[in-house]
Amino acid sequence: MTNRLPIIKTHKLFIGGKFPRTESGRSVKITDAAGNTIAHTCHGSRKDLRNAVEAAAKAQPGWASATAYLRGQILYRLAEMMEGKRRELRAAVELQEGIEAQRHQGSKSEVDASIDRVIHYAGWTDKYPQVLGCANPVAGPYHNFTTPEPVGVVGIVCPDDAPLLALVSLVAPVVCAGNSCIVLASETNPIPACILAEAIATSDMPAGVINILTGFRDELTPHFANHREIAAIHAAGVTAEQRKTLDLGAAENLKRVTVRDAIDWFDDNTCESPNWIEPFVEYKTIWHPSSA
Amino acid sequence: MMNPHTPTLSSPHHLDFATSLTQWEYAPAPESVRPEIAERYGLFINGQFVEPQGSDRARSASEEPAYFPSINPATESTICEVAQGSAADVDAAVQAAREAFPAWAALPAKERGKYLYRIARRIQERARELAVLETIDGGKPIRESRDIDIPLAAAHFFYHAGWADKLRFAFPGSRAGETPAPLGVCGQIIPWNFPLLMAAWKLAPALACGNTCVLKPAETTPLTVLRLAEICQEVGLPKGVVNIVTGDGRTGEALVNHPDVNKIAFTGSTAVGKKIATTAAGTGKRLTLELGGKSPNIIFEDASLDQAVEGIIEGIYFNQGHVCCAGSRLFVQESVLDETIAKLKVRMASLRVGDPLDKNTDIGAINSRTQLNTIKHYIDEGRAEGAELHESTTSVLPDAGYWCRPSFFTGVQPSHTIAREEIFGPVLAVLSFRTPEEAITRANNTPYGLAAGVWTDKGSKIFEVASKLKAGIVWLNTFNKFDPTSPFGGFKESGFGREGGLHGLRGYVRC
Repeated sequence: MTNRLPIIKTHKLFIGGKFPRTESGRSVKITDAAGNTIAHTCHGSRKDLRNAVEAAAKAQPGWASATAYLRGQILYRLAEMMEGKRRELRAAVELQEGIEAQRHQGSKSEVDASIDRVIHYAGWTDKYPQVLGCANPVAGPYHNFTTPEPVGVVGIVCPDDAPLLALVSLVAPVVCAGNSCIVLASETNPIPACILAEAIATSDMPAGVINILTGFRDELTPHFANHREIAAIHAAGVTAEQRKTLDLGAAENLKRVTVRDAIDWFDDNTCESPNWIEPFVEYKTIWHPSSA
Repeated sequence: MMNPHTPTLSSPHHLDFATSLTQWEYAPAPESVRPEIAERYGLFINGQFVEPQGSDRARSASEEPAYFPSINPATESTICEVAQGSAADVDAAVQAAREAFPAWAALPAKERGKYLYRIARRIQERARELAVLETIDGGKPIRESRDIDIPLAAAHFFYHAGWADKLRFAFPGSRAGETPAPLGVCGQIIPWNFPLLMAAWKLAPALACGNTCVLKPAETTPLTVLRLAEICQEVGLPKGVVNIVTGDGRTGEALVNHPDVNKIAFTGSTAVGKKIATTAAGTGKRLTLELGGKSPNIIFEDASLDQAVEGIIEGIYFNQGHVCCAGSRLFVQESVLDETIAKLKVRMASLRVGDPLDKNTDIGAINSRTQLNTIKHYIDEGRAEGAELHESTTSVLPDAGYWCRPSFFTGVQPSHTIAREEIFGPVLAVLSFRTPEEAITRANNTPYGLAAGVWTDKGSKIFEVASKLKAGIVWLNTFNKFDPTSPFGGFKESGFGREGGLHGLRGYVRC
């Protein structure tokens, strides 16, 4: 009896709620530690990034104007879908042996920690404006208050370690605040990101709010930095050179650039905080006279 | 700040009330205080006024002079000479700030706060002198420097003084007893439109959080900041905590480039802000940038038009229009466009342009010849592109000095240069709209996002529009109001970071 020939999946990009192939026609072979081909992923291009930004820009106002309650419920729904794909995600995360030790902390697997992180930020949607905003006691007859608003379209560059947990930790605070994003997944193991895309597509997350590209940081980082419709960057795992490139994006259109260094992605005290939402909001201060 | 003043009747025939208000003459009401001004000012480094480096050394003929004149823009006469800080001077200032940092940061927070309270008090006590000096140096009307700039500068120090020992309560996640750490040495570069006030905006939060500072005032307006250096001496502020290095853009560049500066805070043009961001890229220096604007001021048909017209005047003619958040794009709903323009013409004609030291002056001198030329260039551009200029001709302009009559353009297309670029002068672009959606779309159609104004008596509409405007400060049925407790700063290419209020502290701590 012959062994069944497995289907080797080609994971596609996730743009505007759809799964297109890269317009560049390039693909990347993903192998396990033994060198066996497990899957193929798209080698995303500048054009793919531009398409993703377009989708993100289109989706962002609607996502921002959704009620905080609804955004929270949708993020919770995403966690539910991830829970359903728990085994698949776990297999994807553990595809490449050797760095497995980093994928667990205590008894909590990377997948479980990722789901719990989404749950954490699902609960922030209707609370961070209270924690980050305030009323200002100005010296005069005015109502004056400051509220955080989403900055807009955010570019997210993921590190290679913790391919699922780092991604979720970078994306959740951005999205919970009403931003949309374009994510460049881990270079060495983008498969958990591709499976996450399938979970997002079947959650109630509006198309275009989260877009996921696979490809190479060196190639795509400059295009993230230069794109004028990207208002902010959330990155980790970048080289000093790539960091400088991203910073130069600030000179292009005053992008707000946040780069995370040496993060323990399993550490809730580090990764779960309104201070991770804060770089992706703009403060609006409103004055109104108060007199009869 | 632009309230009509009761005119002084200089002779009986003016009692004919049929004559329009604008034909009345005012008796001169000059400010009588004359602050003492030295012939020449050095740099304030490590608690002392020092000569700029190189001035006492042999200099080759090709080298720049170590001092430059500070000009009174209302008379074009030289007020005094000010040092041109070199890279070596900046280095000395940064070193002084670095050496002062550990002790200043380690000082019990309450003591740090008490120094700031002292500074606030001394500004209040020397308010009149500072106001006159501000007006002489920068050309702004004494009424504004006296009632706005100087009191607000004192208020900023007073507000931030109180934060010094409360920082551990300022941000989410701080544990009791854990105060967010200061950044270190802050390089701060400020503009010429609100010299002392901008110095207060920069220094007060930085010092309260335990940082030390090197501040560079604008080339044309260094005098009140140098007086603030005197106040730092008077109150016994530890040496090196505040250092003032005067000079032009090269001095600022040296400060931005200095490797031992932890943070750059800049207020000025978007072009220079982007240059600073380029320089700082990859260095790990923290950055806050308060940049340009082309702020919309939106008048709906259901607004109180008379109040709205006052708001338009405050929005664009305050401080000669040298205001980054000036309401320089006026959007008027079509149904009230003619009425608004008619009222605006009358109100604009009542503004008095002239001697900034006269207490009745509404619009003082343009800050510099360079800026006057920029404004004139935009006015020419506006005409050349086909917009119609309406200019107030009420005032007789002095012979010497840099003057610009208040004006507005009608027939402006959104594509016109005067509707897109920051003029930084008393020149308004008037546009119209039909629906709230159109107003919002057009108001947001700019790379800037500093401020916005909305005028309507309908509450639900005003909040809907406010929530959709992409701007850091939204003034509803008011304009150009400032307060130390109220965060200031822009969206998009108007910069990042906030100054003032709780949110302004974030720029000066690790949290």
